[in-house]
Amino acid sequence: MRRQTYKSWGNLPFGKQKVIPLLSRSDPLPTLSEGETILPYGNGRSYGDSCLNTDGALIDTRYLDHMIQFDRERGVVTCESGVFLKDLLTLLIPDGWCLPVLPGTQFVTVGGAIANDVHGKNHSQFGSFGCHVLQFELLRSDGRRLLCSPTQNEVYYHATIGGLGLTGVIVWAQIQARPISSTDLECETIKFSGVEDFFRLEEDSQNTHEYRVAWIDCLSKGTALGRGHYSRANHADGRRVSRDSLLWKKRISFPLTPPISAVNKFTLQAFNSVYFHRQRKTIRKDTLSFETFFFPLDHIRQWNRMYGPRGFYQYQCVLPMDQACTGVTTLLRMIASGGIGSFLVVLKAFGDCAAPGMLSFSRPGVTLALDIPNHGQRTLDALSRLDEIVLNANGALYPAKDARMPPDMFRASFPRLDEFIPLIDPVFSSSFWRRIQPTSQSGDER
Amino acid sequence: MTNIAIFGVTSAIAQATGRLMACDGTRFCLIGRNAEQLEIIKQDYLVRGASDVFVFPCDLASRTTHQDLVDNIMQSVGQLDIVLLAHGVLPDQAACEEDPFEMSEAFEVNALSHMSLLTVLANVMAQHTKGTLAVITSVAGVRGRKSNYVYGAAKGAVSIFLDGLRHRLSSTGVQVLDIRPGFVDTPMTADFEKGPLWASPEDIARGILKAIEKRKDVTYLPHFWWWIMMIIRHLPRFVMHKTGL
Repeated sequence: MRRQTYKSWGNLPFGKQKVIPLLSRSDPLPTLSEGETILPYGNGRSYGDSCLNTDGALIDTRYLDHMIQFDRERGVVTCESGVFLKDLLTLLIPDGWCLPVLPGTQFVTVGGAIANDVHGKNHSQFGSFGCHVLQFELLRSDGRRLLCSPTQNEVYYHATIGGLGLTGVIVWAQIQARPISSTDLECETIKFSGVEDFFRLEEDSQNTHEYRVAWIDCLSKGTALGRGHYSRANHADGRRVSRDSLLWKKRISFPLTPPISAVNKFTLQAFNSVYFHRQRKTIRKDTLSFETFFFPLDHIRQWNRMYGPRGFYQYQCVLPMDQACTGVTTLLRMIASGGIGSFLVVLKAFGDCAAPGMLSFSRPGVTLALDIPNHGQRTLDALSRLDEIVLNANGALYPAKDARMPPDMFRASFPRLDEFIPLIDPVFSSSFWRRIQPTSQSGDER
Repeated sequence: MTNIAIFGVTSAIAQATGRLMACDGTRFCLIGRNAEQLEIIKQDYLVRGASDVFVFPCDLASRTTHQDLVDNIMQSVGQLDIVLLAHGVLPDQAACEEDPFEMSEAFEVNALSHMSLLTVLANVMAQHTKGTLAVITSVAGVRGRKSNYVYGAAKGAVSIFLDGLRHRLSSTGVQVLDIRPGFVDTPMTADFEKGPLWASPEDIARGILKAIEKRKDVTYLPHFWWWIMMIIRHLPRFVMHKTGL
């Protein structure tokens, strides 16, 4: 078995790994040599190293892509863990069903969505992806196949949702879909001029609009600090569900990795400014198709290549509501003055739905996410400064997006960590997991 | 009702092709060695919308069973509209150079078993006025190269066989399609380091459907392989022999 370069979405250099495909849902896990570790790999859409296992092996689940059952009356679908959300949507939508939680790309696997307990733009109403997982099968290295649900093998159920692939391989899962009235979305985009406006809009919209998200012009300073666009949307009325809304007429592609990043001071300044002013009126109303609204970035295949061969970091934090307004303002001020610069700074509010995973990221509060080109130590230093603000506000960082958080940041982010650790499968590990081990306990590293 | 038979359906390309066709009004006959995996694929196609799926577990390398197998299939569905032959293995070229038995075994699975099945199927299809016989060969069959000429020779033999069969069936309206994929990222090629020339089984599957729709005779998938193979085919020998191809 040759070592291969499997990457994560951030394209940061992490080295090679042995790749072992799991060819069938009835296959056992491979026999490993002494000291070897494994980690399941879906489609590599995590940004950092949580889906990688450098110097260890990856269990590639891409061939676990079979549907198992679909109850069209109740909207319950069972499929193998390597199935893409795109394929689930293609199955569900013609019958008027939809996945209740949709992340920013449909090219993630069901297993990956569970292992990172992903969230969408409607967290306050539907919580995270894990809230809709009725049951799944977990394959452990000792050969056991555990059927996990809220009432059966519950500890493994709660450890595996958001468990970063460390508790075993999710072989198949059963998910409860939700009905939708239409694949079209009635969307309102409102220009706002600062962080406080965002919170005001949130308050106005939380009972009237299911999907809510804001884009922020991260380069604006002074009085314009925190200006942006607030989008709120609902599924359109009237029964119109269309499978066609899932097919981009033409997807374009970023064909090559340019030798240097296309994302720099000038392109960022230009983009942020043009994007903010693209809309003249304060409020714009549109009817958007399903893919345009939920997955705008999927329109450009391999958009991650625009950051060049050095790749990029994502930084996503959540701050509790009472700290959110001042915390976000401080973060944005730091970002604008520190010249971190990002195309996509996204601000969303999480609702009160309790996430089912011990290591779930979503929790009541406000979450801020940004992409940052990798400029080496300069970028790492700037992100450490953001860490301090997040820590002071009792916030947390998202492992699915992370490639650099220090061990104490991880521990502070996940208070149920000690409950989780004993449930990790002894031969499972990841680059991320080894990285966030406290250095004083390096003897315990898996 | 469209009746589709896929031989070697557990292969990644065949499975992806069937998946694209699985919709209301399609009936599948799935043939492969692994009975358990056939059931998994059957379930998958049914959930995705296929009207009916029959499975026929059998080892296609054993040629004596071919007539009975096709008879059984015809008994189940009555008529075949699309037939896809996709079974085969990637032999170890070095082992084939050492051992004549290994070499002939590779030829058996990749060439003779196809020709034997095609002989039986052609006689069935010849009675219809429409339909498609599609066979997955390879760009490797276009010219013998030292890195895998045993596989290439078997695939090339099937391509020439298909040429003749197409000639024979030309008056019937049956399409004989020779599908020549390049590098495809499947379990068969799991040990290769992948580069920009590699395609996914889904890309190939979409190409196959398009070629069936356009009633093509030969298709290179992805299409740029037509250009690559044209160059390789016309390389003078003294140049060819300097390459490691």
